[in-house]
Amino acid sequence: MPHDANSQTSARAQPHGGGQPSVAVLVSMGRHPLTERARRADQDARAVEMALSLGDVQPRLLHAGHFDQDSEAALRGYLGMGFDALELIEQEPGADVIAALCDRLRDAAPQLVLTGARAETDEGSGLLPYLLAEALGWPIVASLASIERIEQGEATLLQALPRGQRRRLRVRLPAVFTVDGSAPAPRQSAFGPARRGVVERIACTSLQDAAFAEWRIQPARKRPKRLKIVKAASARDRFKAAAAKAEGGGGQVLADVTPEQGAEAIFKLLQEEGVLR
Amino acid sequence: MKDDLRRDPRKEWIARNRLHPDHQRVLAELGRGAASAEWLGPQGIMRKDPHRVGFIGPSGIKRIDRSGAQQAATASDIRQRGAAADTRQSIDIETPAFLVAVVPDMSAGRLSSQDRDVLGLARQLADADPQRPGAVLAVLFGEHKEEALSEAGIDRLLHLEGNEFAGYTPEARLAALMAVERQWAPRHWLLPDSALGGADLGRRLAARLGERPATGVWQLNAGTDEAGWQCLARGAAGTRDIQRPLPRVVLALAECAEPVYEARHAARRVELSQALPETLGRITDMGAVAVDPAGVALAEAEFILSAGNGVKDWAGFHRAAEVLQATKGASRVAVDDGFMPRDRQVGATGTWVTARVYVAVGISGAIQHLQGIQSCDKVVAINFDGGCDMVKRADLAVLGDASQILAALVALVEQYRQQQQESRDAA
Ligand SMILES: Cc1cc2nc3c(=O)[nH]c(=O)nc-3n(C[C@H](O)[C@H](O)[C@H](O)COP(=O)(O)OP(=O)(O)OC[C@H]3O[C@@H](n4cnc5c(N)ncnc54)[C@H](O)[C@@H]3O)c2cc1C
Repeated sequence: MPHDANSQTSARAQPHGGGQPSVAVLVSMGRHPLTERARRADQDARAVEMALSLGDVQPRLLHAGHFDQDSEAALRGYLGMGFDALELIEQEPGADVIAALCDRLRDAAPQLVLTGARAETDEGSGLLPYLLAEALGWPIVASLASIERIEQGEATLLQALPRGQRRRLRVRLPAVFTVDGSAPAPRQSAFGPARRGVVERIACTSLQDAAFAEWRIQPARKRPKRLKIVKAASARDRFKAAAAKAEGGGGQVLADVTPEQGAEAIFKLLQEEGVLR
Repeated sequence: MKDDLRRDPRKEWIARNRLHPDHQRVLAELGRGAASAEWLGPQGIMRKDPHRVGFIGPSGIKRIDRSGAQQAATASDIRQRGAAADTRQSIDIETPAFLVAVVPDMSAGRLSSQDRDVLGLARQLADADPQRPGAVLAVLFGEHKEEALSEAGIDRLLHLEGNEFAGYTPEARLAALMAVERQWAPRHWLLPDSALGGADLGRRLAARLGERPATGVWQLNAGTDEAGWQCLARGAAGTRDIQRPLPRVVLALAECAEPVYEARHAARRVELSQALPETLGRITDMGAVAVDPAGVALAEAEFILSAGNGVKDWAGFHRAAEVLQATKGASRVAVDDGFMPRDRQVGATGTWVTARVYVAVGISGAIQHLQGIQSCDKVVAINFDGGCDMVKRADLAVLGDASQILAALVALVEQYRQQQQESRDAA
């Protein structure tokens, strides 16, 4: 790894010049939704892809968790995206990894921490990046579409909004960014590099997540469809509501108007709805 | 003197005698009409006369309408029905035992349906113990156009306006929520778990409060004992259900509870007692970025201009879509005839769109097409034919030639854009 962890700590306070920012990507173990096989997590892989698109300096991959056959298979999926090594902070199964990750990030002091919005296994609450940001005192931005540029300790980025819209934000570094399905799709994982890559294991004390162990976890049930409930005082109203056509009229019809008047009415509606930008 | 009770024994006798030829007239005179079908008997029992209910229908058959909507409209009836227009209970909780805070998204300035569901969930928590009712406190940021706040089950309303909450300002909002926490210490915080709305803010709040939230909650069950609220939450990317005790901070999915229908709540305004501290913003919102509407997937486009067989001037249509910055759609005929690419087809065999505004130009509204636009909010039709199905579906239909109307619309919008540009330049 080209990184020297200790030299980065001082770089945090200084404005970042033309140099490449140091980036850490937190990756987790994914699970295929149908086959339940261990794989790289989709959103985390997108985060890795975004980190790779930033420049020449190789981002550092970080995973905290238990090391076994399953997780190795998943982690090698990230190595196959073109990495020599991945840091694994070893934790017992069922551990709360926040503290361990937080310590590690404090030491490494990257400028940027990228990660997927939520994990594909266990609680998957999407809370981890927020807790890390809170503990480190860094700003956090969710749902990145792309990072436009990084200069002078500030990142300019595009945030994905619903309906394909984008918003430009400027964020002071260091910061935590999360990535979800609207980010560019990750590159394929190549078999050779995945085999060759090294998983650097770092021993670390782990804290058990006691609350999680007490919860009942079961495969997701299908959620009941909401019924169309008719609140009517009498049978007659209920019948009328049930028999009514789904889309009643009630629209405004402008007949015998000049095209200009018609256009005026449409223009007014578009403005009221706020779709004219 | 006027109010003296004067009895006319003869009329009373006629009113009792159903077979008397003047019976109906006298009943009406005595103002008893249909209401007289029920009275309090001497023993204090309600008596009913089944012969007196109902009315004679148009075909000469006696009809009984228990909804009361069709009975002879006497003065008292009208009064009653006027009151029936809003039978919802008005609820004003003076001294709540506790508060349940809700932060609705208010996307586009209105309560979204998920906001209403979350408010319904908050009501479940607040009204669980009728002896010690809680109140639902809604925290709204920025301007809004929602009029029916009291109908959504809000008891207390904290409306925070100001420039510091405009746009994407999670830090300022979080600071405001922390001020709410210090002032009222709500028992629960409920937020919609919706992308970039409550999902983001709620996780920030939970991290700041040091509470472990329940995310993706879709069901709430009252437990057996006192503190026994249990919730069911989606985890592991939606593949697991987690059953756990209800924590203080809850991020809930859509349809987690029924929205409030039956009651109007007071929605009393409350204010923060202390001014908000200045927050150091490390995230700056630089505003929305113009995205190429053609690049937006049809299924998630917000504003669609859709062309059908009635479009003759295709250059004009493309120009209109460009000027309006709308995503282009098409009916199947327009696609089959080669005027539009296949991926633009809206309808049963094309894309199901969810646009907020859908403008159908020269589309007749075949059922296969209407299926595709079921979930559109506002539909505008431009068509020759006033009788076609699209006009019936539309919220606004303009009858006339499509190319002329589009040309006029383009002129209007260009003028509007120019004015905007000028005012921006002047500023
Ligand atoms: C199995 C199946 C699947 C189908 N799936 C789809 C689907 O997914 N999507 C789809 O769209 N269709 C679908 N169709 C086709 C559908 O039934 C209709 O044929 C089609 O939607 C009609 O398209 P249209 O409204 O553009 O054309 P028309 O029905 O020809 O309507 C043209 C309209 O334009 C108006 N008009 C004409 N000239 C002008 C003018 N100068 N100014 C203003 N108005 C004018 C006319 O009054 C008329 O209302 C499907 C059909 C089948 C059998």
